[in-house]
Amino acid sequence: MQKRSIVTITYIVFLLLPIYWLVAMSFKPTNEILGGFSLFPQTFTLANYKVIFTDPTWYWGYINSIIYVTLNTLISVAVALPAAYAFSRYRFLGDKQLFFWLLTNRMAPAAVFALPFFQLYSAVGLFDTHLAVALAHTLFNVPLAVWILEGFMGGVPKELDETAYVDGYSFPRFFVTIFVPTIKAGVGVAAFFCFMFSWVELLLGKTLTSVAAKPIAATMTKTASSAGYELGLLAAAGTLTIIPGAIVIYFVRNYIAKGFAMGRV
Amino acid sequence: MAKITLSQLRHSYFDQPRGPEDYALKQIDLDWHDGGAYALLGPSGCGKSTLLNIISGLRTPSEGRILFDDQDVTHLPPDQRNIAQVFQFPVIYDTMSVYDNLAFPLRNRGVPAAQIDKRVHEIAQMLEVEEMLNLRAAGLSPDNKQKISMGRGLVRDDVNVVMFDEPLTVIDPHLKWKLRSKLKELHQRVRATMIYVTHDQTEALTFADQVVVMQDGEIVQIGTPVDLFERPAHTFVGHFIGSPGMNVLPCEVKEGGAFIAGQQVALEGEIVGGKQGQTQIGIRPEYVSLGSDGLPATVKKVADVGRHYVVDAMMGEQKVSAIIKQDVPEPGQAVHLQFKPEQTRLYRDSWLATAAREASAS
Amino acid sequence: MKTENQKAWFFVLPVLILVAFNALIPMMTVVNYSVQETFGDNLFFWEGLTWFENLLRSERFHAALGRQFLFTFLILIIEVPLGIAIAMSMPRKGIWVPFCLVIMALPMLIPWNVVGAMWNIFTLPDIGLMGYFLNHVLGISYDMTQNVFAAWVTIIIMDVWHWTSLVVLLSYAGLVSIPEAYYQAAKIDGASNFAVFRFIQLPKMKNVLTIAILLRFIDSFNIYTEPFVLTGGGPGNSTTLLSIDLVKIALGQFDLGPAAAMSLIYFAITLLVSWLFYTLMTKDDVRS
Repeated sequence: MQKRSIVTITYIVFLLLPIYWLVAMSFKPTNEILGGFSLFPQTFTLANYKVIFTDPTWYWGYINSIIYVTLNTLISVAVALPAAYAFSRYRFLGDKQLFFWLLTNRMAPAAVFALPFFQLYSAVGLFDTHLAVALAHTLFNVPLAVWILEGFMGGVPKELDETAYVDGYSFPRFFVTIFVPTIKAGVGVAAFFCFMFSWVELLLGKTLTSVAAKPIAATMTKTASSAGYELGLLAAAGTLTIIPGAIVIYFVRNYIAKGFAMGRV
Repeated sequence: MAKITLSQLRHSYFDQPRGPEDYALKQIDLDWHDGGAYALLGPSGCGKSTLLNIISGLRTPSEGRILFDDQDVTHLPPDQRNIAQVFQFPVIYDTMSVYDNLAFPLRNRGVPAAQIDKRVHEIAQMLEVEEMLNLRAAGLSPDNKQKISMGRGLVRDDVNVVMFDEPLTVIDPHLKWKLRSKLKELHQRVRATMIYVTHDQTEALTFADQVVVMQDGEIVQIGTPVDLFERPAHTFVGHFIGSPGMNVLPCEVKEGGAFIAGQQVALEGEIVGGKQGQTQIGIRPEYVSLGSDGLPATVKKVADVGRHYVVDAMMGEQKVSAIIKQDVPEPGQAVHLQFKPEQTRLYRDSWLATAAREASAS
Repeated sequence: MKTENQKAWFFVLPVLILVAFNALIPMMTVVNYSVQETFGDNLFFWEGLTWFENLLRSERFHAALGRQFLFTFLILIIEVPLGIAIAMSMPRKGIWVPFCLVIMALPMLIPWNVVGAMWNIFTLPDIGLMGYFLNHVLGISYDMTQNVFAAWVTIIIMDVWHWTSLVVLLSYAGLVSIPEAYYQAAKIDGASNFAVFRFIQLPKMKNVLTIAILLRFIDSFNIYTEPFVLTGGGPGNSTTLLSIDLVKIALGQFDLGPAAAMSLIYFAITLLVSWLFYTLMTKDDVRS
């Protein structure tokens, strides 16, 4: 038992080391960082964080990211719910082909879509809007959400639907007040994965925005290249991007393992 | 094959049990004879699965010893005890064929291939699964899967005891009967000691020569199916076995006799034991009849269950069930209940407190 | 049983419209570009399959594709066994389980460029924790901006750090779904630890592992941001993977034709390998 847990502990330490380094770096002033190696911040400073919270180009990066991620999660789950219901309950012409085609989009390299997306969203006048990024990410997230939700819905017996109709529920009322609450764990897991992809993806987010909707990740890349090596600032910005993820995982912690398996993600 | 002795066995799932309520098993002393068919019967949570796991070696008891043929095996791991266990849900190795499943326990013990082959075919024939030997085990129906997991136990000819942990739970009702008689037949052929754990009285009573009834981590009675039915040692046994269970009626004891609502009730024999404690009369519905005199009651409900009628009558606030064959009363009718004296027993604090009648002892 | 109902199409319609808008129009654009040449001003000339021919003969493409396959192959043979091993060593229940799961999921929720930046900071030769440790404590000369081998080791370790948890979480979910009775039966049958792994744990993990490997293949084959931020494709072109090259051609040089042809071949390979792999892994299930 003791010997076995060493593997887990080593792995967790390995996972935490780079994160620790990022966080430690974010509390160091620039001259300490460049001056040499130190395991702990010698001069503890919050200056890096202060820059981020006072400079609009920085904090708007976060707000932009959160806006399009939220928008994307809402759109993806909302359209995926009825579709997943159709796939889990009915047979219809071309259902299997459609399902497979949806999934192939999950396999598409984002790099392939960068240029055509840029042109498409410019053409429809959505370039540099939150909606553009949110919609672009649905290409990857909707198939995923349909897949996950279909898995969870398959576990709900059909008798639930039938009982509700016998009790005189209309379909929309049944769907919203009974069915969706029944699979709320599934909705949570689907939303989690939509959030996850939209939050971590950068290529499309960067390509589809310039100023008004620029994500934090893009702001960081720009700082890294233009302002030379402002490592402390970069580390502080990076540290702050970990927090939303950590909060979200904390909420779905009991469903993560099960969700990964059940959602077959 | 072996005799199994459980000596002063106690088990608690707590590291430091503070009192009797922390024990899942309270003091078990038991002898099981070589080649017998036993059942462990009791409601869910009574400790029967714990006891089974202690015998198989999947759990080590907190206190006490287990002996196989006078050899102490308390601390031996399961694979060295030569036991076999069939679980509630069929456990089979999905990726192997039926043949490989049956051969698995022998291969793990380094038995020569020729001998394995012979043994597997013998067992397959016994279980009537010969034509499935080359199929993937994953595709079988639940009853066949359960047969295979039984076969994995029987394939070793040195098995001391085969244990069944509610093996018919996932089997379709019409196949349950078939599989149960197969079990009985197997027992007669291989003569291994078999222990069958269940909460279903029919399964226990039809399978076993001796039934051990458990409640709350204690053995309340050990006996043949007839014993358990005729002379329950504890009101729980009376209640748990039989359909409907034994009537248990509060009574008063004075001057060496038992009284219900002021009327004396004749008992099978003398009252034994102390004077303290709560007393009750136990009488099976089979031995309650309706007559012109006796305890007055009002019929509440009559149910036709096919071969006979079950009459529920109210004696004041107390419900009494009676099984009768003819002259069915109407609900609401006033009747008199008569108890067959040689089947009427007194229980004190739930334990039997009347001496057996000389005549009925034979 | 599912019932036949053509009206179900109405439920699927929103998804269909959204994905069609996002997938079909760009795909048509790409196909369109892949057979034309442009010199700007929206003037296009028919080129037929020239771009495809050029690309398939181009050494630059071969090299990028080769690096891409090497990268995917390496991370698969490291992450899959490692993930299984970690999942098996994790506690099955207790207060540490949610703790482990949360920490393990964390790297997957960090924006990809931050992952790259974080590893960049971590591996800086003199002031990064790993770089300092290797150079000054172990005395191994390490600088991934100069040394090809160091660069490859770094992007591999980074990906192991980033994505092994996916394999762990999926395997773990498979493992905890095995009923206790299987282990007990195996004990009674005298099975060795290896036999338990081979005949109980591995078969029960097969479905989730298929998904894990499939996802790891797709994601590692499509990887762009992390290695781009970490190494920028260098030193030289040594870590220029297929996607990095593609973005360079499409958004850097605006060579629409070659980029489009490359996109199509790229996507086709991803689909083909995924399909082959999936068919291979699920073949047994169909038979039984």
